[in-house]
Amino acid sequence: MAVLNEEQEMLRDMAREWATNESPVTEFRKVRASGEPEAFDRGAFGNMAEMGWTGVIIPEEHGGSDFGWLSAGLVVEELGKTLTASPLIQTTIAAAAIVLGGSDEQKAKYLPKLASGEMIGTLAIDEGARHDPSKIATSVSGGKISGTKAFVHEAHGADLFVVASTDGLYLVEKGDGVSLSTRKLTDQRSHADVTFDGASADKLAGGGDSLLDDVLDRARILTACEMLGMAQQVFDTTLDYLKQRVQFNQVLATFQSLQHRMADLFGDLAMMRSAVEGGLQALDSGFGVARAATIAKAEANRVLHTMSREGVQLHGGIGMTDEYDIGFYLKRARVLEASFGSTSYLKNRFAKLGGY
Amino acid sequence: MATQTELQPADTTDAFREEVRQFLADNFPEELKGKGNALAGVEGPTAETEPQRKWREAMGARGWGTPTWPKEYGGGGLNRKQAAILNEELAKAGAYNPIGGMGVMMFGPTLLEYGSEEQKKEHIPPICRGEVRWCQGYSEPNAGSDLANLQTTAEDKGDHYLVNGQKTWTSGGQWADKCFCLVRTDRSDKHRGISFLLIDMDSPGVEVRPIQMISGMSPFCETFFTDVKVPKENLVGEEGQGWTIGKRLLQHERTNLSGGGSMARLMGQSVSDVAKKYLELDDGGEIADKVMRDRIADFEIRWGSFLMTARRATEESKAAGGVSEISSVLKKLGTKLGQERAEMLIEIMGLQGLGWEGEGFSESELAGVRAWLFGKATTIYGGSTEIQNNIIAKRVLGMLDHQ
Ligand SMILES: Cc1cc2nc3c(=O)[nH]c(=O)nc-3n(C[C@H](O)[C@H](O)[C@H](O)COP(=O)(O)OP(=O)(O)OC[C@H]3O[C@@H](n4cnc5c(N)ncnc54)[C@H](O)[C@@H]3O)c2cc1C
Repeated sequence: MAVLNEEQEMLRDMAREWATNESPVTEFRKVRASGEPEAFDRGAFGNMAEMGWTGVIIPEEHGGSDFGWLSAGLVVEELGKTLTASPLIQTTIAAAAIVLGGSDEQKAKYLPKLASGEMIGTLAIDEGARHDPSKIATSVSGGKISGTKAFVHEAHGADLFVVASTDGLYLVEKGDGVSLSTRKLTDQRSHADVTFDGASADKLAGGGDSLLDDVLDRARILTACEMLGMAQQVFDTTLDYLKQRVQFNQVLATFQSLQHRMADLFGDLAMMRSAVEGGLQALDSGFGVARAATIAKAEANRVLHTMSREGVQLHGGIGMTDEYDIGFYLKRARVLEASFGSTSYLKNRFAKLGGY
Repeated sequence: MATQTELQPADTTDAFREEVRQFLADNFPEELKGKGNALAGVEGPTAETEPQRKWREAMGARGWGTPTWPKEYGGGGLNRKQAAILNEELAKAGAYNPIGGMGVMMFGPTLLEYGSEEQKKEHIPPICRGEVRWCQGYSEPNAGSDLANLQTTAEDKGDHYLVNGQKTWTSGGQWADKCFCLVRTDRSDKHRGISFLLIDMDSPGVEVRPIQMISGMSPFCETFFTDVKVPKENLVGEEGQGWTIGKRLLQHERTNLSGGGSMARLMGQSVSDVAKKYLELDDGGEIADKVMRDRIADFEIRWGSFLMTARRATEESKAAGGVSEISSVLKKLGTKLGQERAEMLIEIMGLQGLGWEGEGFSESELAGVRAWLFGKATTIYGGSTEIQNNIIAKRVLGMLDHQ
């Protein structure tokens, strides 16, 4: 665990306490049972905003706390542990896009609302089922944007879309010329194809040529934080289960083969945590972000993939039941794994960044 | 390398091939072409259509759903060569074997080996005709991997047994007509106190409660037995022989359910075929994503070598007179590769491969997601991978328990 300052420790403890007490997995079950395409609890999201979590990376002058990325990551990790359904990550990334590329006017218009939770934001980048920001056809002409974005996270609740077009990123508000087609995925969260048909679009003109990549790196790292929380939770739950389940007159935890498996997973988890925290620290220091983001998401993909599979396996038959939570982690894991860079995408990107 | 003449030793095989073709031409309904549902066994009976019924009855009457089983009990009585030809011709015609389930895969072969003449005459023919559904009453809440710890009791009441206890994870319990069950007839000996008993699911005192799975289906149940009367003639083998019989059945389960044959059938298209549909190709028609191409090749090489292993092992154990411990190796390898394959397919399809329901997903995409999730069970049931490792280490390699 990265060395935290006092503020960060308080923030993490608060997030942990809130997630454990106010937003355990039973809350996610309620969201799922509601069948609402929006797939999150507005009340819970309101709580998060009140606690300042929507403004962690937003400058104080625009209503945020400017606590930095490591702080934001700590909160997201805690929420990942209990599978809290919310648009917090997407809203944070949308805000980051404006912080990086927005004019003073755009910042003043949107950041305070995102910081207060009054507005929900999300990223609309990919146009196919596989993440590939080099393939964008959506275009803007005369301030009007047209094109369809695939599998936009948290699209149903979003008031503001950060949309990639052939000539950069644009802000598009929900409204005329924006329509949604729900895509129900195995994680039972909000996803939709979003079609922009001549909707008004406001360009993020700052941030330079790398703006899209920079925003995506932040999305990769923050997604990896959610995955880290999930991996940690699957590990802890599985360890607890093995310490309690008796077969052959012995608790499973006494079997050496299982001890070694858990030791291997523990090592993997340590690697994942370092990679994810390394990504957050790179963001806070502003140095080596692209490489760090690639490592963070690639390791998150690798370790959560294994962890979620092993979690089900080591629970035996009970792990296959809907009544038991572990399957939810498996399903959410694959969706996040495929978002903002699959393992093969990230490996190719890593090699490109390294010049080979 | 075998020559052509070695592969087709006599005209009799040609004649048999002709017979099969004729049978297919006469009996296989065109509209069922390519329609076999790989998950039918776990999803329960969907109302049988008229053509499906006809096809099942035609195959059942010939005994060709269970091609190598003895004719006298309703099997096909074919030799291995003929059975292979039958399979080939079915595949060529896009036909599937409509007769399956636990009766075919596990219970039938075991009963043929251990059952009394009366039991075989009673139970095997309906299995061959696909008329009864069997379920497996092995696992209990505290007897999963440690199966011999089972506590469901069968008390000797003179002319019948009185069965009390709870089973769990009973696949298809809610649809089954009958259950082959491991029960405790003696408390004083963990292994030798177990007997193999056949129970009618509609006997008074049997209750099933379906459990929902992570894949959204509810194909398995908790099964409760309360003072269930079971006639004495439903005991297979001797009292106390249940562990031996039960383990043999598990070998059939492992070979069949999780080994080469059914796995290959379940899988259908190759990963690379699917990849070529979903991934970008370069000008030469190769997969443009270098990493993905490498991983697909890596998988298909190992999958190819697994299929050869499965074939070799099956041939060797048949030559040696039946299933063997090698079934543990097959199960361990085949189920792992099957899971890898499912994971790889959803990765290839990206988020399109993770649909749960509703618009924008094809039927096969949605089925793929469910199969991926259900497939997580293959390394758990029928003896988990960890238990197979223990069996291989101890029984095959002779490695000892730590003292
Ligand atoms: C989809 C599905 C269908 C099933 N259908 C049937 C059915 O029809 N009939 C039936 O009777 N049963 C059925 N089962 C039950 C299945 O056989 C058991 O789930 C299985 O034997 C494992 O037992 P368990 O679930 O109690 O896990 P546990 O025995 O509690 O095992 C938990 C974990 O510990 C590991 N473990 C246990 N012991 C050891 C050891 N000594 N060394 C190393 N690792 C160990 C296991 O491998 C597993 O990973 C089904 C299960 C599933 C998931």
